[in-house]
Amino acid sequence: METFGDPAIWLPWTFAALMGLSILIYVVLDGFDLGVGLLMPLANDAEKDRLVASIGPFWDANETWLVLAIGLLLVAFPPAHGIILTSLYLPVFLMLIGLILRGVSFEFRAKAPRSQKAGWNFAFFSGSLLASMSQGFMSGMYVMGLTWTFNHVVFALLTAVFLTVGYSFIGAAWLIAKTDGALQKRAIGWAKGGIWGLILGIGAISLATPFVSTRIFDKWFSFPEILYLAPFPVLSGILMVYLFWKIGRLQKDQNRLIWDPFAAETALFTLAFAGMAYSFYPYVVPEQITIYDAASAPESLFIILIGTLFVLPTILGYTVLSYYIFCGKATELRYD
Amino acid sequence: MEPAKDSLLLSRIQFVANVSFHILFPTITIALGLVLLFFKLRFNATGEQKWMVAYLFWVKIFALSFAMGVVSGITISFQFGTNWPGFIETVGNVAGPLLAYEIMTAFFLEAVFLGIMLFGASCVKSWVHTTATFLVAFGTTMSTFWIIVLNSWMHTPQGYELIDGVVFATDWWAIIFNPSMPYRFVHMLLASGLTVAFLIAGISALRLLWGDQAENVKSTLRVGIVLAAGLIPLQILAGDFHDLNTLEHQPAKIAAMEGNWETGPNIPLVLFAIPDEEARENKFEIAIPNGASLILKHKPSGVIPSLNDFIAEDGTKMHPRVAPVFFSFRIMVGTGMAMLALSWFGLFLLRRYGAGQMPRLPLYAFAAMSFSGWIATLAGWYTTEIGRQPWLVHGVLSTKDAVSDVPAGMVLGTLIGYLVVYAALIFAYMAVIPYLARKATHGEELSPRGYPRSGEAEVTLMQPGE
Repeated sequence: METFGDPAIWLPWTFAALMGLSILIYVVLDGFDLGVGLLMPLANDAEKDRLVASIGPFWDANETWLVLAIGLLLVAFPPAHGIILTSLYLPVFLMLIGLILRGVSFEFRAKAPRSQKAGWNFAFFSGSLLASMSQGFMSGMYVMGLTWTFNHVVFALLTAVFLTVGYSFIGAAWLIAKTDGALQKRAIGWAKGGIWGLILGIGAISLATPFVSTRIFDKWFSFPEILYLAPFPVLSGILMVYLFWKIGRLQKDQNRLIWDPFAAETALFTLAFAGMAYSFYPYVVPEQITIYDAASAPESLFIILIGTLFVLPTILGYTVLSYYIFCGKATELRYD
Repeated sequence: MEPAKDSLLLSRIQFVANVSFHILFPTITIALGLVLLFFKLRFNATGEQKWMVAYLFWVKIFALSFAMGVVSGITISFQFGTNWPGFIETVGNVAGPLLAYEIMTAFFLEAVFLGIMLFGASCVKSWVHTTATFLVAFGTTMSTFWIIVLNSWMHTPQGYELIDGVVFATDWWAIIFNPSMPYRFVHMLLASGLTVAFLIAGISALRLLWGDQAENVKSTLRVGIVLAAGLIPLQILAGDFHDLNTLEHQPAKIAAMEGNWETGPNIPLVLFAIPDEEARENKFEIAIPNGASLILKHKPSGVIPSLNDFIAEDGTKMHPRVAPVFFSFRIMVGTGMAMLALSWFGLFLLRRYGAGQMPRLPLYAFAAMSFSGWIATLAGWYTTEIGRQPWLVHGVLSTKDAVSDVPAGMVLGTLIGYLVVYAALIFAYMAVIPYLARKATHGEELSPRGYPRSGEAEVTLMQPGE
């Protein structure tokens, strides 16, 4: 590796890592609350309230990871920030509309007159759908190098569907852990229905990435790299098999190790994400701009880094605190 | 029809739409967080149920406003990249760290502790819940601080050097405490306080008009009126200081606000006029002789710079478009004056009749003024932001150099999308607050059970998702 004593090397590297970490945390955390939103139409009216109750205290903070990720892109790699966001102008817009709709219907569905509740429930679902689809679409476009050709758009539409179904799986995995009784049973069924999206989504992106550029292909399939990298696909495969098996088990005995699907899925996303990071490094805009070319002035990065070192552990700390406080099962909603 | 020009104008309108929609909700949450903390502390201190009931009612509106603020804030963080890439490419070294600190110190703090504040009362001790309320209020204030720092820096940039057209930070102290920051920060905090004061007074007045004589309603009416009457003189004073600061750093903006075309002494204070930018003069002017000189220079002979000073040699205007700045400023000041008159009159009536026996007419006036803070705040922001033009960062980066090359049609299409959604949501928001008030009035009082004052809280204040 280049000289890591040079701030112009290690600072961009550190920020790329932090940004990647934020995106990963975002996908896992907002993945479950977007997923719960996607499952809304499958639930009956009483269950809908419990679905919303299960993510109530968390969704706000979950979405903040997206703001942090985009903020880090903005502060650390300004030119890349401009290129990526202008080329994804339309999907970004659709995602934002989706996030707005679902975020506010969260509140309105409980506060507006009861006759409007069904409408806000629908807005909550469609907002979640729009946001998930846009995020899947953007991931696909990013892998394809952010160029709008017919084939790339088709691929991105596929990843949009896969990621959306995948999110519904994460949502179901969350509900398995956070609910009990009949609803939990149904969540296990939903998880079974959604698992293919997770696997196809991760599979499509992992398989397509090496064929987009020979550079990435060589990074994976040359010797001896292929040996070190073998654990990625092998572990992912094991996790996928485990998930299938576990969901089947849960259908028989729904109270054993109920956090396992969520944990396994998080591990799977982490692996897939690490693989993608390895593929695209050192590029921040695929095959166009490296993190070193796009990085802000070291002085500016340094001042942010100092803050980050203090603040990030604090954020993680109180995030954990909040999950600890609300660790029980989500209860029935009670309206006085 | 130059496409780039259309894109620029449409991008500006889109940004105005996004920030205008966004600022409505922080304007409420910044101060409402503190007011809720006040309710909670009053309850802790006195044990009177009315404070908890007031807390429970207003925390719903807080939660709703907070959600609206969060989602519209996410939009803004993307707008920089989608529409204004030149902004971050040029001043990213300054703007980046400020935005990063906003996200890290404020955004997360409020988002995480909001969960505990809204839903945690049944699972945490009372003092933890009070602390969470404090941290959310503190987080919103911190968030305001960082955003105002960046915004003020764009008006009065300091502590940087330009190398090859890119800004590099040289002195963070100077960047953060740039000349207009303290004025703008205080002005905004007070604006938020006034917005909330009038919202609380207005909704409480509405409930009294509906015949709701509950103790908590009378108390919140009192809190709203006293807060408004106390803050408005401070705000007028702060606005005046801000004005003088702007005169020093952005004289073109002041010239546009005052509708002052010719430099000289004895400049009148224009109360009303229609500025004519073609003829470079005011039509239908009503003015107080020497007024502007007196306010800005504290003597009739004070010389005030004018719009005609900001015409470049080649005839390019280096001042903002006059009419929007001129009228926004008057709307803000006019609303402020109405606030002053009504809140002090309200204070007098409170002393004379008490909250329960207030005459109906002033109650109607307060109800009508419920959202007056929004009008004043938006008008104030339009004054200062349009007044910054043609600059995006004063003297460093012009707005037209920062816009992205996204086709105008795309910008227009998304703009329409945003406007439709925003209009619908503002309508829903402004309808749901009176609806909640109505529901509370008609006996559906939130949990009439007793709330323990200390120790383990045994009851659920608010169920998740409620």
